[in-house]
Amino acid sequence: MTTLTALCALFAVAVLVLILGYIIWRGVGALNWRFLVDTPKPVGEGGGIGNAIVGSLLLIALASAMGIPFGIATGIYLAEYGGGRLGNLVRFVADTLTGVPSIVVGVFVYSVIVLPMQQFSAFAGGVALAVIMVPIVARTTEEMIRLVPGSLREAALALGAPQWRATLGIVVPAAASGIATGAMLAIARIAGETAPLLFTAFGSRFFSLYLDQPIASLTVQIYNYAISPYDEWHAQAWAATLVLMSLILAINVAVRFFTRQKY
Amino acid sequence: MSTPTPTIKAATERAARRTGDVDLFMPVVTATPKIRVENLNFFYGRTQALHDISLDIPERVVMAFIGPSGCGKSTFLRTLNRMNDIIPNTRVEGRVLIDGRDIYAPGMDVVALRRKVGMVFQKSNPFPKSIFENVAYGLRINRLVRDRAELEARVEQALRDAALWEEVKDRLKASALGLSGGQQQRLCIARALAVKPEVLLMDEPASALDPIATQKIEELIVELKKNYTIVIVTHNMQQAARVSDFTAFFWMGKLIEVNTTEKMFTNPDQKLTEDYITGRFG
Amino acid sequence: MEIHRSLDRALDALRDRVLLLGGETETALQRAMYALVERDSDAAREVLKNDDEIDRLELEIDRLCIDILALKQPAARDLRFVISVAKITPILERIADHACNIARVAIDLNDEPQLKPYVDLPRMADLVSQMLRAALDAFTSGDAAAARAVIRRDDEVDELYNRVFHDLIDLMARDPTTTGRAARLLFVAKHLERIADYVTDICELTVYMAEAAVIKHSN
Repeated sequence: MTTLTALCALFAVAVLVLILGYIIWRGVGALNWRFLVDTPKPVGEGGGIGNAIVGSLLLIALASAMGIPFGIATGIYLAEYGGGRLGNLVRFVADTLTGVPSIVVGVFVYSVIVLPMQQFSAFAGGVALAVIMVPIVARTTEEMIRLVPGSLREAALALGAPQWRATLGIVVPAAASGIATGAMLAIARIAGETAPLLFTAFGSRFFSLYLDQPIASLTVQIYNYAISPYDEWHAQAWAATLVLMSLILAINVAVRFFTRQKY
Repeated sequence: MSTPTPTIKAATERAARRTGDVDLFMPVVTATPKIRVENLNFFYGRTQALHDISLDIPERVVMAFIGPSGCGKSTFLRTLNRMNDIIPNTRVEGRVLIDGRDIYAPGMDVVALRRKVGMVFQKSNPFPKSIFENVAYGLRINRLVRDRAELEARVEQALRDAALWEEVKDRLKASALGLSGGQQQRLCIARALAVKPEVLLMDEPASALDPIATQKIEELIVELKKNYTIVIVTHNMQQAARVSDFTAFFWMGKLIEVNTTEKMFTNPDQKLTEDYITGRFG
Repeated sequence: MEIHRSLDRALDALRDRVLLLGGETETALQRAMYALVERDSDAAREVLKNDDEIDRLELEIDRLCIDILALKQPAARDLRFVISVAKITPILERIADHACNIARVAIDLNDEPQLKPYVDLPRMADLVSQMLRAALDAFTSGDAAAARAVIRRDDEVDELYNRVFHDLIDLMARDPTTTGRAARLLFVAKHLERIADYVTDICELTVYMAEAAVIKHSN
């Protein structure tokens, strides 16, 4: 039994290492400083993914700013007051939403934001990613709060704290690292999303920080280059993949560092 | 208004009669009780957990609740500061008077009640904060101090009262979770004392501690009764004997007997009580 | 805040009471002998009157011992102390009873002319008093060596008792009119001899308390 499970685990890790290794092997060749800061150029002239990196970071920041607070608030509601019918409904909707293919979310945001605005935009991309984040953050927040011992809440109440203060001042902070892990998972998940951005942020060949304009992103860039017929762009796609992976890793490490257990 | 519980009246009279030397095992009792419970019934949904309990708890004494698991002693304790309110589908009948005021009367400020009636729990439950912040919590949320200096003074006093100051004064900023089990429990006592309650409810405060830490908690309880009215639930009868002035025995949601601890452990009135404290139960 | 063990407070209170009882008993013995030797019936009546206080103290100590055992669960030397106190208390009470008996004899004899100047009897009484005091000191300080020293002096008491016994028998044989008075004095000597035996018991308990060693019935 132990041997069997160990073999399975080994196999899973091996596949992972293989993928990572392959990406590094294929990607590292095209990687250089110019590639990281340049905008895309026509085939044969080099060019880079600088605008896509900035775009991806902006989209992630935008989505996090909208999705994480909303998700955490929902999670707190579910854990603290979500015993009734409304709570069950919210839970059901959140679970369903988690399972919805991300392209559906893209199409939805396209119809409610892009069409009325007559414009692809970074804002629409951020909203699409946020919609994907909310249920993930909400459910992990709920689970993490439920893991906090009830005795902590009781202790706060017994000291004369009203329920909301006990929740916000004691229970949520006690669950903070778990909640942060949930948020991190959500960020990692959306950082790799391509489909919802195709109809929303669309993509761009220029540096941009305007929320009402289309914006480039690493994933869309990778997608576009990968389906192109040029070997140079293929190589650039591999390098961009390596950058995206590093970015997600960096976000993970950063969040872990800032939310490490202080007490 | 019903007459005081007979045993307490008797204790008062005996206390008045005694001559010269202070009798160690005879509590000094004031005429009016700090807490008076009248015909209390408590329900979890349709299950009745407490049956018609009437009890007086005098001021500045230690009263212990003993009885087998599930006898209702903890539930009863939690009716005294309305901690049962947070459990859904519970219902209380009867009156609980603290200093003559019914705490279940409409318009009662539960937050103020809980400030006056502090609580220490079975498992030590310090907040995941620093030692200082744990004790300061109740002072901060209730806005009981004006400035930092006063806050620090109150925290120090509470830690001293809980006999913990000497052990933690050099590491107030350290995590409370780094303390030993016994220290954590004394920290929880300090946290409760910081808001200057008048009554302290203790729900099996030493059940998770080793004998030395338990002894420290017990000595602390005896010390604290000079200033507080203490109600302690314990499943350790010897502990009840060691720390309390009065003992109440609960069985199946009913209050079987309440007596001075000295009487309870040498010659209880009820056969059921005797069977329980001599270990001949069931 | 320094915390004192509540058990220590209880044990201190118990020790105080035992000391008080020991003091009262000592006083009773000395006063009874004074009443006899100095032919002071008022002093004798004082002894009888004070016996109530001794009885009251005995009951109080009993109660305290039971409460401490029931409520404080003493262990090891604390337990031996409480048990020893519980056993010593009735011994002290009996010593006081003997003192009362001596006081009654004194009252009877003081109505009659003195038989002869007392010599050995006061010496015996002094010796027993000293032993009682030494025994109580040894008990309160937990001094087993001192207790053993007291036990050895019991032989001196027995020697004195035999001497008094033979003197009084001689007296009765020589002058039958003295029989009543001499017999009463014989009882006094017997009381003192018994008291010395009780003092020995106290010392044995002291050794038990201090060293957990049982020495009674060992010789």
